[in-house]
Amino acid sequence: MKAKIVITPKKAVLDPQGKTVQTALEHMGYEGVNDVHVGKYLEIELEGDDAEAWKPKIDEACHKLLSNPVIEDYHFTIE
Amino acid sequence: MRFAVLQFPGSNCDQDCVHVLGNVLGQQADYLWHKEESLGDADAVVVPGGFSYGDYLRTGSIAQFSPVMNAVKQFADDGGLVIGICNGFQILCETGLLPGALVRNRSLQFRCEQVYLKVPTQDSPFTREIEAGSVIRVPIAHGEGCYFADDESLARLQSNDQILFQYVTADGEPTEEANPNGSLLNIAGICNEARNVCGMMPHPERASESILGEDDGLRIFEGMLSHFEGKPVVTEPEQAV
Repeated sequence: MKAKIVITPKKAVLDPQGKTVQTALEHMGYEGVNDVHVGKYLEIELEGDDAEAWKPKIDEACHKLLSNPVIEDYHFTIE
Repeated sequence: MRFAVLQFPGSNCDQDCVHVLGNVLGQQADYLWHKEESLGDADAVVVPGGFSYGDYLRTGSIAQFSPVMNAVKQFADDGGLVIGICNGFQILCETGLLPGALVRNRSLQFRCEQVYLKVPTQDSPFTREIEAGSVIRVPIAHGEGCYFADDESLARLQSNDQILFQYVTADGEPTEEANPNGSLLNIAGICNEARNVCGMMPHPERASESILGEDDGLRIFEGMLSHFEGKPVVTEPEQAV
């Protein structure tokens, strides 16, 4: 079983990496790229098959360590 | 006065801090390994710059869970003096001892240069030896020093006079050009509400000896010392108009 966690910068936080990637994509000729956000993707391999039991633990880990709630949002799935 | 200078795997400004506090300021300065659970008889803590834990995940994020940081939190809660410099500032924000966070420089460049800092208030142990409103010169060296906090936190920092250092021009103007990393309100350093914990991105320990070019940074450590010794704050008399 795996927890798949996606962490993205909050909307209010400057994302210069996203802006730079967006500019690069435009230079390559891709039209209609409205915005790019660069975040993080984590996979955590978990023991057992009780996804519900893992949920609050993963949520806590995201809040305390894996993301910084001041500047980042996160969401995850366990499957 | 006894300073404890923390050492994490990847700290690299610890030796400069110990040198300045010991050989220039003339106080006792000891290294303290991050696995220690006690600060011993330290009177103040320095969280130095560097790349603790390789800056993995986020700058300062892993260091906040080092055993020594529990002792630092307790020490700070009890009113002890703590200063975090560069990576140390990032660690103190991640630990929650200071509000906000430091994110990637707006330019995406690592900036290593001398900057001018305005010191708006003398009302802190860290700025009490610097005349309010004056400009000092101290170097920066960081890739992730862009200060961010939500509007509510920024308003609180302003109304409580918690902004201790702001990036400015040589004339003291907080312009966009003078801001090397995109920090909100040109913030280079702040303190907590109780004013005993300070975090700053610039490196005062690299500007503490005139023979090496600058000694403005030494005023910050001198402030901590005179606060510890209980000396009164000396303010410039207001000039008659």
